[in-house]
Amino acid sequence: MLKTGRSLAAAAGLALCAAAGFAAPASAQDTIKVGILHSLSGTMAISETTLKDVMLMLIEEQNKKGGVLGKKLEPVVVDPASNWPLFAEKARELLTKDKVAAVFGCWTSVSRKSVLPVFEELNGLLFYPVQYEGEESSRNVFYTGAAPNQQAIPAVDYLAEKEGVKRWVLAGTDYVYPRTTNKILETYLKSKGVKSEDIMINYTPFGHSDWQNIVADVKKFGSAGKKTAVVSTINGDANVPFYKELGNQGIKAQDIPVVAFSVGEEELAGIDTKPLVGHLAAWNYFQSIDTAENADFIKKWQTFTKNDKRVTNDPMEAHYIGFNMWVKAVEKAGTTAPDAVIDSIVGVSVPNLTGGYSAMMPNHHITKPVLIGEVQENGQFETVSKTPGLVVGDEWSDFLPDSKDLIADWRAPMSCGNFNVKTGKCGGKGS
Amino acid sequence: MHRVLSWLLAALIAVATPAFAADLDPLVRALGTGTYADTEKALAKLAETGDTAAVPVIEALQTGDLHVRKADGAVVVARKAGNGVALTDPLTGAALGEADRSAVEKIKINNSLRRSISAALGALTLMSPNPQTRRQAADAVFKSRDVNALEALDTALAKETDEGVRRAMFQARAAVVLNSSAPDADKIAAVETLKARGDRDALALLNAAANSGGAEVKAVAERAIASVEQRLALWGAAQNLWYGLSLGSVLLLAAIGLAVTFGVMGVINMAHGEMVMIGAYATFLVQEVFRTFAPGLFDLSILVALPVAFLASGAVGVAIERSVIRWLYGRPLETLLATWGLSLALQQAVRSIFGPTNREVGAPSWMSGAFELGGLTITYGRLWIVVFAFLVFAALLVALRKTAFGLNIRAVTQNRSMASAMGIRTARVDALTFGLGSGIAGLAGVALSQIDNVSPNLGQGYIIDSFMVVVFGGVGNLWGTLVGALALGSVNKFLEPYAGAVLGKILVLIFIILFIQRRPRGLFALKGRAVEA
Repeated sequence: MLKTGRSLAAAAGLALCAAAGFAAPASAQDTIKVGILHSLSGTMAISETTLKDVMLMLIEEQNKKGGVLGKKLEPVVVDPASNWPLFAEKARELLTKDKVAAVFGCWTSVSRKSVLPVFEELNGLLFYPVQYEGEESSRNVFYTGAAPNQQAIPAVDYLAEKEGVKRWVLAGTDYVYPRTTNKILETYLKSKGVKSEDIMINYTPFGHSDWQNIVADVKKFGSAGKKTAVVSTINGDANVPFYKELGNQGIKAQDIPVVAFSVGEEELAGIDTKPLVGHLAAWNYFQSIDTAENADFIKKWQTFTKNDKRVTNDPMEAHYIGFNMWVKAVEKAGTTAPDAVIDSIVGVSVPNLTGGYSAMMPNHHITKPVLIGEVQENGQFETVSKTPGLVVGDEWSDFLPDSKDLIADWRAPMSCGNFNVKTGKCGGKGS
Repeated sequence: MHRVLSWLLAALIAVATPAFAADLDPLVRALGTGTYADTEKALAKLAETGDTAAVPVIEALQTGDLHVRKADGAVVVARKAGNGVALTDPLTGAALGEADRSAVEKIKINNSLRRSISAALGALTLMSPNPQTRRQAADAVFKSRDVNALEALDTALAKETDEGVRRAMFQARAAVVLNSSAPDADKIAAVETLKARGDRDALALLNAAANSGGAEVKAVAERAIASVEQRLALWGAAQNLWYGLSLGSVLLLAAIGLAVTFGVMGVINMAHGEMVMIGAYATFLVQEVFRTFAPGLFDLSILVALPVAFLASGAVGVAIERSVIRWLYGRPLETLLATWGLSLALQQAVRSIFGPTNREVGAPSWMSGAFELGGLTITYGRLWIVVFAFLVFAALLVALRKTAFGLNIRAVTQNRSMASAMGIRTARVDALTFGLGSGIAGLAGVALSQIDNVSPNLGQGYIIDSFMVVVFGGVGNLWGTLVGALALGSVNKFLEPYAGAVLGKILVLIFIILFIQRRPRGLFALKGRAVEA
């Protein structure tokens, strides 16, 4: 019942916002519009609705502080409904009709790829908050989530060093993010001397629910006398039955640990975590991080959602960082014009929630610490390893043959997303 | 009397504690200093003493109850009591009063510590008076292969009387020997012991032995591996059969409601999956009630959820039939579009009410875990779902064949006007039949909530599979649905190891398309005039 009340209140709030926008065109000129492009229905609603809420919260906060450049911010929320072509349509609508200064949105890589041409054509700004497979750098996109070297590779290093893992199962959902990440990991592991018979790769369809024989296969693979671990890029809904099956078949974290790149606090909310204690996840943020900034953020979030059980997660922190970077860059540039913001945002550094600062790099990726956490009984993660410094997002992986010579630098005079250091020319893969 | 006893007890503790507390106290205190590695070192020292007094300390560390008191750095057991925590001494169990939760800091453990803890507990509890604890201890030593435990193991073996525990200890000893620098003859004997055990865990140890031992050990180990692998391959086939049966039963549950609405009534109900979802959410609500009012009876929640889910989905089904479908009989295309719209509406309604995130549906204790049957691992959850699927199928069969209501349903679907002329209220029968189909989908939802995630999208994953089963089995034939579900489940599971999950699904679809080309009416086609109606 509480929930209905909340969504009603939210709807009423939105309606009020919209009404204000229409009723008083004079005041509308004094606001800066910010687009929020997250699915509120369809399969991705489970993850993306939260990000819409966190953006509304951040904008409300900023308005309490007096807005940006003396103007109030006005959120424009659209629902692309987990429908990839609709993402492009809605992005166009935001940029041309609503004339938003920046867009915060997308979750899946396929939705990002679908809006990419729109943002490049109309010269908009997109802040993308989710960990992804890399192999991309656009002048108009800021990647505030982790690149593979900020998540996957440190996780594998942790398992190899601390747990002595010698055999690897790379399990993923069958689409671009897991396939690219696994390709990078496979090359990386082989460069570390892991033999091909010690790597097992498995792909499953979206929403796969019957994991019995795959889990049994993992068990079989793990009985070759060498320490085995599972690196999971399984995405979305399929995780719950996967972890349930692991628990049921008695695969304990002490024997075969599973490290996941797409399972956070939000996903664990739907599972009984007792059998999963000790399984791992690699992120750049955990709710359990004990810093004053994080405590403040969690408190604000739970007050905003009027629910003291709501959890926070990594993409939320990415939006927090991205939004603050944008505010700072706009204030530095003195305008919201995209070209000016693109020039001023590089080098902007804002506090993250894990007790440090994140900076926007010339390749439009940010610096972050990498954390490895173990699942606890209460559905939270306990940090067991943290990189000593910040890791710079590497857009073009060094472990893929056709991208290892590429770099991105959007500062003048290079201003290129795929500069080939071998040939000294801008262009190549992804152009 | 009571007072005298407690005095006596206190006196005993006072006398007894210094004897061992003196040596263990600094070791226990060391658990609470510094990093994981420091805790691990302290734990190793504690385990080395071989003093069983350390067992409760290590157990508290395992359950996460061991804390450091910030004021003086003492290691204490802190358990929740009221708003704060109640402190006890980890060694003596003596109460140390209550404290605020922020006054103590939990001693964190990671995977490597968890392993050391079970190894330490294993070595220390081998002599426990409880045979079950001894068995667990032996299994823990088997896993840890800790060479230091060999001595304790030998002492325990000499005294052990229980046959099962003895065997477990013997196997544990073999595992330890293979890991040690024992002479080759001992190792060969150990290999034989493990060969007799013959499961995956033994295989892992044998593989390790074959990679590291001397030439003779290696040869014996390799022979043992071959024999164990052969045995496991046989069991693997049986395991695949079980997986097929288990997937088949899930398909059966999802499809059987559709066999009524689509098969018997001929309504293409795209909202069928949402009936399953409503059943799952009904389970969630029932469990919430149990969690709030009767947490002790949680194990019964699933049984209570069954009728609730049936009625909830059934009621929604009747409402849909009365409001939408009855205007569309005989217009399949419109029915398809209308029910598809309904399915989207129901999904969004649930999303607005319960939120887009997954809801946690817990498993009762009798549905969690697994047991070994020879070389088979059978999870209780799946076993009950198989049983449940067949029970629902049998109940539906009886309801349709043996009850007056079933007779009415069959009469109306075979010849509506004649049934109406005989005084059967056909409109009412239509509504109830649709309600029955939906209610059964709700029952499926209860079962699926145990293996899948309870989210608004739950039903979508099953709608295609359900239609596939009903069409493949033969529309209008319940037995066809049964055979269809089991056949598709088994084929899928046999293909998966070779083709992978994605390609396996595609192959099954191609197979069905080809099959339907040859036999458009499915496996068990209805014959006679009913087909043309």
